[in-house]
Amino acid sequence: MQDVFIIGIGIHPFGRTEGLSGLQQGANAARIALKDAGLEWQDMQFGFGGSDSAGNADTIVNELGLTGLPFINVKNGCATGGSALIGAWQAIASGQYDVGIALGFDKHPRGAFNAMPAEYSLPDWYGEAGFMVTTQFFAIKLQRYMALHGISPQSLGRVAEKAFRNAAHADHAWRRSPVDIDTIMHSQMVSDPLTKYMFCSPAEGGVALILGSERKARELGRDRVRIKSAVVRTRPPGSFEVFAPCIDIERGGAPTLLASKAAFEMAGIGPEDIDLAQLQDTESGAEIMHMAENGFCDHGEQEEWLANGWSGIDGKLPVNTDGGCLACGEPIGASGLRQIYENTLQLRGLGGGRQVPGNPRTAYSHVYGAPGISGVTILER
Amino acid sequence: MSATAIADGLFRALPEPTLIGGRNRETGRIVFPCPADRDRWEAVDLPRRGTLWSWTVQRYRPKTPPYVGPEDFAPFALGYVELPGATIVESRLVDVNFDALKIGMEMQITLVPFATDDQGNTIMLYAFTPLQEG
Repeated sequence: MQDVFIIGIGIHPFGRTEGLSGLQQGANAARIALKDAGLEWQDMQFGFGGSDSAGNADTIVNELGLTGLPFINVKNGCATGGSALIGAWQAIASGQYDVGIALGFDKHPRGAFNAMPAEYSLPDWYGEAGFMVTTQFFAIKLQRYMALHGISPQSLGRVAEKAFRNAAHADHAWRRSPVDIDTIMHSQMVSDPLTKYMFCSPAEGGVALILGSERKARELGRDRVRIKSAVVRTRPPGSFEVFAPCIDIERGGAPTLLASKAAFEMAGIGPEDIDLAQLQDTESGAEIMHMAENGFCDHGEQEEWLANGWSGIDGKLPVNTDGGCLACGEPIGASGLRQIYENTLQLRGLGGGRQVPGNPRTAYSHVYGAPGISGVTILER
Repeated sequence: MSATAIADGLFRALPEPTLIGGRNRETGRIVFPCPADRDRWEAVDLPRRGTLWSWTVQRYRPKTPPYVGPEDFAPFALGYVELPGATIVESRLVDVNFDALKIGMEMQITLVPFATDDQGNTIMLYAFTPLQEG
């Protein structure tokens, strides 16, 4: 296996872009990434890409050029972007190709995601009764976690406050105005204990990454950021996931635990070696739980972390440096690649007002989604 | 007009409201609802009492489809109830103040009118409610 480098990055701003399809937002991101790499669409030897609800990614050739390249569509829920990256990474690591593109985009209607039972192999009554609502799962998982590990509502507020503070410095973020913690805590309750400002919203956006072999990266003078690991895992027995009519009394693992462990093993480093992290923050509590599930602290220690600002930009492990899903919104197909875009930017030292100090060398990203999948990547400068 | 269950095979009303789960014939694992493949799963009655595992309150009306509840929406509580020796089931939580919900509290099953279908029949749904002694 040969090393693979991220040689170009591009993003179409997250949020709402009237008049542009999800695919066109993905194409915009691809053009920016190609320019960043100093390459043309004609140079792409292959592509992997996907969206959750904005159509087949391979139709992007209509926007970018009919070069005849092989293009694989990926549809893997919240891990769509991460899975596209894995495909592209393997294609180059195997020695088959020198350069290619991974992209993800989406465009969701306003309001909560509108999942249907049959898409998740569930009976119709489950949706009819009002259980087919993702926000319920996050709130229920969090409610129990807070009771078991002593996490306070104040900490949920602190996570959201940090997200909006960081996003004020991120051009691609959707919600870029700081929000004070009192406003967050006293905004409309959506699903107890989570208020409106503690949830991310479905959104639009696109991200593209150009990957290259070491030879190609050197040739282009873009051999700074390499992929140390990229993994996706499905759920183990006894896990607690979105859309579950029942769960086992004997509690077990979680897809995030599996993905994190595998990624660290592949990279040959541990959580203590990571300089910054993007962790799935579908809601404030998810970031808190994922800090521990990914090995960055013990369960319950997040209370101290947040009180002391240790996950802030200048903290000991900055988390969600561009405001994460809370401030960027969640276009499902693009969200995982946004994390990697942000990590690459940070490792290049181009984070501007949100740049992590001290020349970070390693960056971690993590997604989680229905029906129990998780993806983790580790980058190194 | 009469009452009709939201789906067949989920629960029985008589002689007492009871959820019907499935026991894996090979491993003994119990799940809810009982899967259709009866070569692998046998139907079993689930315990009628349990303890609250976790909860939340649905504060906005879920999207239709798939939701078929009344247009006139009132927030409802839901969560998971651990049924000892069986499984932890997801359920609506009824006849309880949201402020009184507490992990570990004792609950028992009940059946509640949930919505009205096109023919004017009352659709019945299972739910859990705080245990009433006596």
